[in-house]
Amino acid sequence: MEIFNHDSNIHFLGMRKYTVGLAILLMIGSIALIATRGLNYGLDFTGGVSMLVNYEQPVEIADVRGALAKGGFEGAVVQSLGGTREVSIRFQAKDDPEAIQANGTVNLDRVSADVMAKLHAARPDAKLKSRDFVSAQVGAELKSDGTWAALLVILGIMAYLWIRFERRFAIAAVATEIHDTLVTLGVIALVQREFDMTVLASVLAVIGYSINDKVVVFDRIRELFRLARKAEPEEILNRSINNTLSRTIITSLFTGITMGAMWLLGGPAVHGFAITMLIGIVVGTLSSIFVASPILLWLGVSKKDLMPVTRDNPELARRP
Amino acid sequence: MTDFPRWKYALVALVMVFGVIYALPNAFVPVPAVQVSANRGAPAIDQAVRQKVIDTLTQKRIAFGKVVVEGDNLLATFADTDVQKSGSDAIKALLGDQYTVAFKLQSTVPEWLGMIGARSMPLGLDLQGGVHFLMQVDQNDVIDKQESSYADDIRSLLRDKKIRYESVARNSVRGKGVAVVLRSEDDRAKAADAIANEYTDLLVSNGPSTGDRFVLNAVIKPDKLRDIGRGAITQNLQTLRNRINALGVSEPLIQQQGENHIVVDLAGVQDPAEAKKLIGTVATLEYRPGIGHPGDPQAREAEKTGNIPPDANLYHMRGTGLPVLVSKKVIVTGKELVDASSGIDQQSGTPKVDVTLNAAGARKMSDFTNANVGKPMAVVYVERVTETKMVDGKEVRVPKVTESVINDANIASPFSRQFQTTGLGSPKEASDLALLLKGGAFAAPVDIIEEGVIGSSMGADNIDKGFKSVMLGLALVLLAAAIYYKLFGLVADIALFFNLVILVAVMSLIGVTLTMPGIAGIVLTLGMAIDANVLICERVREELRNGSTPHAAIYAGYEKAWSTILDANVTHLIAALALTTMGTGAIKGFGITLMIGILTSLFTSVTLTHAFTAAIHGHRKLKTLSV
Repeated sequence: MEIFNHDSNIHFLGMRKYTVGLAILLMIGSIALIATRGLNYGLDFTGGVSMLVNYEQPVEIADVRGALAKGGFEGAVVQSLGGTREVSIRFQAKDDPEAIQANGTVNLDRVSADVMAKLHAARPDAKLKSRDFVSAQVGAELKSDGTWAALLVILGIMAYLWIRFERRFAIAAVATEIHDTLVTLGVIALVQREFDMTVLASVLAVIGYSINDKVVVFDRIRELFRLARKAEPEEILNRSINNTLSRTIITSLFTGITMGAMWLLGGPAVHGFAITMLIGIVVGTLSSIFVASPILLWLGVSKKDLMPVTRDNPELARRP
Repeated sequence: MTDFPRWKYALVALVMVFGVIYALPNAFVPVPAVQVSANRGAPAIDQAVRQKVIDTLTQKRIAFGKVVVEGDNLLATFADTDVQKSGSDAIKALLGDQYTVAFKLQSTVPEWLGMIGARSMPLGLDLQGGVHFLMQVDQNDVIDKQESSYADDIRSLLRDKKIRYESVARNSVRGKGVAVVLRSEDDRAKAADAIANEYTDLLVSNGPSTGDRFVLNAVIKPDKLRDIGRGAITQNLQTLRNRINALGVSEPLIQQQGENHIVVDLAGVQDPAEAKKLIGTVATLEYRPGIGHPGDPQAREAEKTGNIPPDANLYHMRGTGLPVLVSKKVIVTGKELVDASSGIDQQSGTPKVDVTLNAAGARKMSDFTNANVGKPMAVVYVERVTETKMVDGKEVRVPKVTESVINDANIASPFSRQFQTTGLGSPKEASDLALLLKGGAFAAPVDIIEEGVIGSSMGADNIDKGFKSVMLGLALVLLAAAIYYKLFGLVADIALFFNLVILVAVMSLIGVTLTMPGIAGIVLTLGMAIDANVLICERVREELRNGSTPHAAIYAGYEKAWSTILDANVTHLIAALALTTMGTGAIKGFGITLMIGILTSLFTSVTLTHAFTAAIHGHRKLKTLSV
């Protein structure tokens, strides 16, 4: 079975002004969104108290919120966890001043007892499933750890591509990479999806996924440049995208299928992970096709630049 | 391909067998169990105890699987966690305080698998329920203590050496050591020599002098400061381990995270209060004059009649439980103890414990021992736990104090700053005593900065959801690949299935703890592992279109795709590696899973599929390929 016409020769690079323009626009938009709306940081980052509560009968989020507000927990964030019977409640410990102990730490038992009392007042069938307390300091460490990990990924990949390919490839890959990460974060900020530890892991995994995609196209570009007698860069880049198009989309579909399965069945613990990954797959696939190669073209990639690399690298030299 | 070497076939077969065997233990679901172990001094567990437990459970109509004696422990298995709870309550009521009763998940993996080192993956708290703490160790307090202790020491050193000083005080800035003010240049030189000779861990330097104030700074060397910090963490870990062992949790996870954090994961525990109480325990030591010996007639008499001499307390020996009388007078407390370490006495060859006191303690100890050679001295261990109780609707904090004697020995000769306790039963007993002396208390205060309770039903729920999503993801990709790439797709499917098997096998073998993010990592690996096969299949199709013969197409497909697959996977591996550098457990678990997954998928997607493709097409004349 084949979905894609293998002789396809869509002139992707012809649209480069529009596609790259759009990518830059999306990036600026994402930065603006992250700056203004901000990410809806989860407990892992903000610190505070989180509780999972189960109801025997379906419950309205607004009712839970109301019950909490009446009890003095106005700042509590109440979210449904897939279905109508399970909710997650998140709030800062300062909402319950009596539970803060002398040394500044929080008595979690006390807090959860207080909250459950308020919920029981409204609905006796509420049942506590799990509770967590994270101090703000842990969250701050996680943020800096996450930023470092992202930088490490980007620099590591850049170094590898620089050695294995050439400077321009490394720059193009990293530029696209930053675009993918920002736009993914932008979408998360737009829909105000909770940004917790698993979502952070997912964003870092998106970087890994999207670089995978770009490298496949780059590999073809290098190969075609070396094979071609007369190498017109624009022509070569376009052919590379078209040749790998079927693979790019099929792999995205396959990975998307598994993430879809996890989104469907994995439950609240991995919901955020799956959604972020799905966003990242779409963004990464599109940027592989529409953004990475135009950048490469503008950086002025040519057959000449790629030849010395093959001589330096004995493994590549062996290839036909 | 006929040119696919034989040894590669063998390798592929070998790895497949390895994967199946070492992944197998995960198929055996562990059963909830209750483990009973005898405390020190209690009668050992034997068939009689087993019979009693069986009788009680039968009588109370609690359904149990089996009750067996395993080594020093008794193990009773139950059908589910609810029955386990009632079973544990019944056994606790039956056996009383002399035995520790703990929840356990008993593995049902057959013995022959265990013999070859195959075991199932340990489950994270999010998959089996339990209590999680993240604690921060306050290193500043350790430095404060150490500097204050040095200030005391220097003061008494100067007094001993008859060097007149104006003042000796800790610098107001932490870590800046002790400032000694002397009255003359000459005194300062003498003091500097004396301090540098006596305390090699101090860096001594002259400070600014004004008029007749000559300042000398003694700062703890940075190396030593680092050692102290490291020692504080190690000791806190050890203290936590000792205390949590008393809680009877099987396989608790207690480990350092980052520079000054400690993670404690207690699987199966549902009430953090008990654990927090133990963590918050404050323990101190008191050296006190002994009256008689443990278990002597006088002490036994006092225990029986309740007639205790007015100047004495009746305690029990830790471990043996023998009664012992101890004077109420305190010679030295644990606060004055600087260090305790165990070793072997050169002269007698028996285990010993070396104790070092600070200057103040040394003086008191010297005074006492000079007057009391040949008489007993006892070490009393005092534990204070603050319990919160509800009285008339109000919270009342009640301190609960437990006291026991951990050591009682005769004074052989007068001593002061350094002394040793010899004649201990075993090296283990010596190290236990040293730990208790030193590690009874935390070296540094700990704050709980993260706490979580995951219900056991939620754990079971997560396992169920995780398993289902892995299966659905796998099934969909298998189906899609088979439809899109026909025979080559089926071969890729075999590879993908074995990728899952080998990934699980490697994770089990290394002992990676399986968590929800880990499961996400497995699912993501499955989705991305198929990429290598997509690359190969697309290449083979391309070669066929370009007019290659089927055999040449397969050969060129694998050959040309390899470089791309390698580049793609190395970059992906770099990303996974960065994830594992994250300090946080959950993300680390995800990163490790991803990393192992990338490596196993390189093997299954390329070598394994190549072997199958070669075996299928190798000796046949082909007109077309099913791809």
